[in-house]
Amino acid sequence: MKTIDLVNKNLAKRYRKEKLFRAYGLASIGFGLLCLVLLFSDIIGKGYKAFVQTNIQIEVNFDAGYLGITDTTNTEQMFAANFEGLVKKSLREMFLIKKRSDKRLAYSLVSTDSGYQLHDLLVANPAWLGTTKKVWLLADDDLDTYYKSVDNLNGAFTGRMQEQQLVWIKNLLDNDALQLQFNMNFFNLGDSTEPELAGIRAALMGSLFTLMVTMVLSFPVGVAAAIYLEEYAPRNRFTDIIEVNINNLAAVPSIIFGLLGAAIFLGFFGMHRSLPLVGGLVLTLMTLPTIIITSRAAIKAVPPSIREAAMSIGASKMQVVLHHVLPLAMPGMLTGAIIGLAQALGETAPLLLIGMVAFIVDIPSGVTDPATALPVQIYLWSDRPERSFAELTSAAIMVLLGVLIVMNALAVLLRKKLERRW
Amino acid sequence: MTNEIVYDATVGRPLLDDAKMSMRGVNVFYADKQAIHSVDLDIGKNQVIALIGPSGCGKSTFLRSLNRMNDTIDICRVEGHLMLEGQDIYDPKLDVVPLRARVGMVFQKPNPFPKSIYDNVAYGPRIHGLASRRIDLDEIVESSLQKAGLWNEVKDRLHAPGTGLSGGQQQRLCIARTIAVSPEVILMDEPCSALDPIATAKVEELIAELSQNITIAIVTHSMQQAARVSERTAYFHMGHLVEVNDTEKVFTNPEHPLTEAYITGRFG
Repeated sequence: MKTIDLVNKNLAKRYRKEKLFRAYGLASIGFGLLCLVLLFSDIIGKGYKAFVQTNIQIEVNFDAGYLGITDTTNTEQMFAANFEGLVKKSLREMFLIKKRSDKRLAYSLVSTDSGYQLHDLLVANPAWLGTTKKVWLLADDDLDTYYKSVDNLNGAFTGRMQEQQLVWIKNLLDNDALQLQFNMNFFNLGDSTEPELAGIRAALMGSLFTLMVTMVLSFPVGVAAAIYLEEYAPRNRFTDIIEVNINNLAAVPSIIFGLLGAAIFLGFFGMHRSLPLVGGLVLTLMTLPTIIITSRAAIKAVPPSIREAAMSIGASKMQVVLHHVLPLAMPGMLTGAIIGLAQALGETAPLLLIGMVAFIVDIPSGVTDPATALPVQIYLWSDRPERSFAELTSAAIMVLLGVLIVMNALAVLLRKKLERRW
Repeated sequence: MTNEIVYDATVGRPLLDDAKMSMRGVNVFYADKQAIHSVDLDIGKNQVIALIGPSGCGKSTFLRSLNRMNDTIDICRVEGHLMLEGQDIYDPKLDVVPLRARVGMVFQKPNPFPKSIYDNVAYGPRIHGLASRRIDLDEIVESSLQKAGLWNEVKDRLHAPGTGLSGGQQQRLCIARTIAVSPEVILMDEPCSALDPIATAKVEELIAELSQNITIAIVTHSMQQAARVSERTAYFHMGHLVEVNDTEKVFTNPEHPLTEAYITGRFG
């Protein structure tokens, strides 16, 4: 038999194998995509409702006498006025409440925040003083949950609702006095025990400050370490040990870094708990090995011919590194840094140990303000019993994923900009 | 190997009176393995010397030790005296940066920087501070490119990437980059092995012109090239310098049987 016949005989088998090989690849990609779609549809399906909130329309008489306000620009008067009482009074009048036990039920339909909302409305519309207006007030989360599920096939979720409240709500629904409005609070406020007043902003800012500290510290330190190890360090047993240990550090569970951070930064240096600064330092420890390893790989990938060319015209070691190696390695280094930072953004365990798990209502305005972080906030909310927090948890996950996507997009853009394709 | 060969001493005329570089008792080791065995050789001022020999004979290693490019290889160790105009270039006190400005190098594969043509040539003058004003730098770039015979081809696209040129142009760009810092010696490590015959001819012409005021040591696999461009030829074999003589003599009347075997094509 001729060689070509042997080759032809085997061809069919080879092609079959090749097809199978491709099918395996396609199947794994398909599986991955399916998981991604499931994840996203689940999170978005649960979370999208958190971006709107139920509001309830109430007729309020801004009685100057009742409020004791003569001038709406007088902050003292405005501060002293009993807006909360006005809300309650309006509710009593609206639902024609006679029984004492019904009062509490009626009050609990609106958010505990509604007194402040009335205050803000009057500040925005001073002319309303002395008139009767229909205003939209934020509903309580129980009513919110009920209203969002009112169209469900198997009936609305009543939860803790009482019979009497359901009657009122039916009434409100008939009068179109319930409405979904965009949930500004979610983006503007910090944490709260009331779901309708809980927001992601404190956690988001906390995460951004933490990440800023991490980036500012870990990127220069990591790149400098990588350059030293690749370009200057002699190859001996000592540097081998360093290399092995950096690789090991990359695999250390993050909670260990949290413990280390708690011991060093809180215990030894006496820094305060819950600070983005400390969180950033801990995450820097965690991110450094990743950045060093990827940066070294990027430096190794720079062709030696470029180094030789620069050296042969008398460039010093530093000039070779700064003028030639670093610019060529930069895209790879940035990719590594972004991977490390994305990992740091999603890290929860080490932050728990340094106290970034606190209940933070105020928006942090710097790295030394107590803060929490997005993943920690997600963890905290997922634990709360109110049903609205389930929505908020998913919404917070969406925010976290959004930040990640923005970061990755930035990384791709930077790469594109820095990469030299010639 | 053919017979028991005794590498006693280099035959021919390895030493000169007016040497630019003179090497005495040079041994080069890669870890425990000796790559160059006690080589004595002088390189004449403004002469072209060709280093030839079969693959792995150590000619490139020897060349790279002349401007201490071997320093970058951790396991490489150089012994002996290597003098540039009477100055030991392996003196621990000697700064390698000015040494490489005086002894430039052109490599086998063209390796322009991923920058523009202008920046490629201007890089050396810039780092050494040879031009204080932009106009001086422009002049250096132009004259270097002219000497490298590339000016007419690239003068309209000085700011185009150097890596966009053809292989032969890239190699001439690398030569222009080397001569921009006005070196006294240029080491060329098989500069034409990646080029086609026309580009090779251009580079060879260039070598002839440059040798009027620059000393050139060129490693080559092509004996025709050695014969065409060089005045002296050194034949390396297994890390030993076997024969050095005027090029004409080496190719017409070699003294050592190994040299004869190589140039007549019995091995290599």
